[in-house]
Amino acid sequence: MRRFVLIAVPYLWLIALFLIPFVIVLKISLSDVALARPPYFPQLDLSQGWEGLTSFFAELDFENFWFLTTDDLYWKAYLSSLQIALTSTVMTLIVGYPIAYAMARAAPEWRPTLLMLVILPFWTSFLIRVYAWMGILSNEGLLNQFLLWLGVINEPLTILNTNTAVYIGIVYTYLPFMILPIYSALERMDDSLLEAAEDLGCSRLSAFWLVTIPLSKNGIIAGCFLVFIPTIGEFVIPSLLGGSGTLMIGKVLWEEFFSNRDWPVASAVAVILLLILVIPIILFQRNEQKQREAEG
Amino acid sequence: MRRFSWFNATALTLGFAFLYIPMIILVIYSFNASKLVTVWAGFSTQWYGELVRNEEFLNAAWVTIKVAVMSSTIATVLGTMAAYVLVRGGRFGGRTLFSGMIYAPLVMPEVITGLSLLLLFIGIGLDRGVLTIVLAHTTFSMCYVSVVVSSRLVTFDRSLEEAALDLGCSPFEAFRLVTLPIIAPAVISGWLLAFTLSLDDLVIASFTTGPSATTLPIKIFSAVRLGVSPEINALSTIMIAIVTIGVITASLITKQAAVRQARDERMAERTA
Repeated sequence: MRRFVLIAVPYLWLIALFLIPFVIVLKISLSDVALARPPYFPQLDLSQGWEGLTSFFAELDFENFWFLTTDDLYWKAYLSSLQIALTSTVMTLIVGYPIAYAMARAAPEWRPTLLMLVILPFWTSFLIRVYAWMGILSNEGLLNQFLLWLGVINEPLTILNTNTAVYIGIVYTYLPFMILPIYSALERMDDSLLEAAEDLGCSRLSAFWLVTIPLSKNGIIAGCFLVFIPTIGEFVIPSLLGGSGTLMIGKVLWEEFFSNRDWPVASAVAVILLLILVIPIILFQRNEQKQREAEG
Repeated sequence: MRRFSWFNATALTLGFAFLYIPMIILVIYSFNASKLVTVWAGFSTQWYGELVRNEEFLNAAWVTIKVAVMSSTIATVLGTMAAYVLVRGGRFGGRTLFSGMIYAPLVMPEVITGLSLLLLFIGIGLDRGVLTIVLAHTTFSMCYVSVVVSSRLVTFDRSLEEAALDLGCSPFEAFRLVTLPIIAPAVISGWLLAFTLSLDDLVIASFTTGPSATTLPIKIFSAVRLGVSPEINALSTIMIAIVTIGVITASLITKQAAVRQARDERMAERTA
């Protein structure tokens, strides 16, 4: 009896507040707008029994999904989200790898402190960390003041409200997610392997390519997915740092919902976003599982 | 054996400079006398004064804290239950669906979670406000709690529980007297994680709230959209200070606990 309660309470909670909401999104994405407010048609009428059920399914259609293909705003937004997510994942890897590497090679008594310094920003509000860049990147911002003072540029660069600012924001906020898995892979590495490679005639650089990189492969893959997956649906960064030209699907969904009040289309946008995410999520799960099995 | 390497020193210096300079600048400019955030006009604490007098921010802060305390507490209870079921529950019908529902919210884009919950609340005719935000936050943060707690449950020695059961404890007593004290650090860090996730959340709160409840992130977001303001810098500084103190205290406490545990284990070995 107790065991039943223990299972049932969290189970039912998740069904009611996670699974059912999804079914509703799916249903509304297949429904037609009725004056932009619920109820949407068709409505499920269980009192009519089987007939009600069949007529309900017969009236659902893919009209909203057709609509998404007719307006190129949507597929451009999906493509540009993927492109921004991919580019910023590579950039985060390039910035994060040397940091993780240096942390793993630091003296052991320093490592807990360094680790805490990487984790600390993660506990600080995401919104505040994005906001911090607004003051730095604006036309009168500190970065432009600094560059003008150095004499590198003669007039301020426009960075805020461009895609460049979005990239900087993503690299900055997601950097800990890249550093941590790579660090934990590198920290476990046996140094004698590098010494062996050098003894056998490898240069230090080729030892790095042939030994260190392959051994940290799982960390790199995990870090890349941890940055890539949440970036695709990102909303805060493009809306605060990006400009009108920054097209990301999270922002489109938000505007479709709050500004245009078109709930069926917003739901259809959400369903397709989810379908796009399924592939990287499954790949990520597989990588995690492989790693667990390898560790035994 | 490890030589000092210029490469590593440079990577660490530049890396941590990148991570911390934006926040340091934010803090410094919260003490700026000028309304213009980018021009330094002398030291002043006037923005903190303005902040304390700003009713709207204070109300929003109060709502946020209420939501965070309630949702993280419920999420810790539910998440610990879920972790226990997943690690110790054995087989039961729909186990795959259950573990899927625990992991899915972790990778779900916030816009989708928010949208789907809002459509549910409207569908069942629930008035949106503090209650709906608490429900929404509990749902996604219980999954984080459950991941944190189950990683601790997996590593602990099951024979301790069995010993308690053999010695006449009921399963619930065994959980309360043996399991819970051992997993307590994970439960506490799960609660802290749920609490900060709730404090921090903008997107899901925006979808699930109504006109009656505005949280601090919603307030900050709408202020920040209009541009940088020194009041927000002051608010950010206070939040950064609280987090920093919290994280440092927590790490000192865990360090102490680890030292104590090591000492206890040594004692136990000697007496054995």
